[in-house]
Amino acid sequence: MSFLSKIREVMICLGAGQVTLPYPVAAAEPVPERFRGRPLFNAAQCIGCAGCANNCPAREILVFDVCQEVRIMKYLGRRCTYCGRCADLCPEKAITMSREFETATQTIPDLQQNLELFMSTCQRCGRCFTEPGPLEQLMLKGYRFDALAEERWVYRSQAHLQNEPLVRDIDIELD
Amino acid sequence: MLKELCQKMFSRSLWVYHANSGGCNGCDIEVLNVLTPFYDAERFGIKLVGSPRHADVMLCQGPVLRPTAQALKRAYEAMPAPKLVFAIGSCAGGGGIWYDMYNVLGPIEKVIPVNFYIPGCPPRPEAILFGIAVATGRLDKKVAPVQFKQVEFPVPRYHPEDLREEDGMVVYEKLEKV
Repeated sequence: MSFLSKIREVMICLGAGQVTLPYPVAAAEPVPERFRGRPLFNAAQCIGCAGCANNCPAREILVFDVCQEVRIMKYLGRRCTYCGRCADLCPEKAITMSREFETATQTIPDLQQNLELFMSTCQRCGRCFTEPGPLEQLMLKGYRFDALAEERWVYRSQAHLQNEPLVRDIDIELD
Repeated sequence: MLKELCQKMFSRSLWVYHANSGGCNGCDIEVLNVLTPFYDAERFGIKLVGSPRHADVMLCQGPVLRPTAQALKRAYEAMPAPKLVFAIGSCAGGGGIWYDMYNVLGPIEKVIPVNFYIPGCPPRPEAILFGIAVATGRLDKKVAPVQFKQVEFPVPRYHPEDLREEDGMVVYEKLEKV
């Protein structure tokens, strides 16, 4: 009885054929239509408004104003959740969600995208704009000095931080 | 003879220990998906084991939390010496969207050294297979850092039609209208 059932099982297995994809040898199957992969930044269209940085849930697009007219936008890529909010927001459509998913690397800098942009100034006074009220200034639209080395936003003013670290981690005893 | 044969046969068979240090189970399900017959990672000799003492590779998912940091470090130290760590998903690689929460220490590289990063939230099973293929040397990685630098100002800074010369100096007309 059990022998017959084994034979039946073998017949079923032979009838099923091969289901395993030949993936790493052959090319991958096409991803679904609405699949969101790695976002790609088109630096020629970017105006440096930092809307993507303000709305990224992972806070991983960093903005650093080197001087009044040069702004560095840094996409870290390491904690991106591929939500596509940056691509939705971008007024110039400079960010596209590609279908790229083969992004495994040994080093994190492979995932980064670094844009160095010229920023325009006010054509009357030659300075950048400041927001009128304190509430608008909290929305981080003016100059920004995120910690590029620590890969964090800096929420506080840098004016009183001569001896303090800009960002701080929690301390845990590991042993 | 037998030892050489074993080394030849098992040189690329990775035994995998699956550690979740506080993720949402999304990456766990994708890793299990890789082990199913459809994506069949066992044809590369990859086998899921239940103890870090048997494992060559640790697959880490989720950010390091305050309670799990110590446990993750102990599991890493329990693995025998030639060991690899894969960080699967954006939480393990960079902390995810919880990277600066009060109970989250951050990416797992703050506790244990990481050899391979597979970003994604969660990564596709093909992406995990691609990471395995990169780690075992079957394929080359496809991403490279992108650096862009504007060398000249994209728009004219002042309206040149408003510039006029006066006493050997260039005067910007709009300034006078302010």
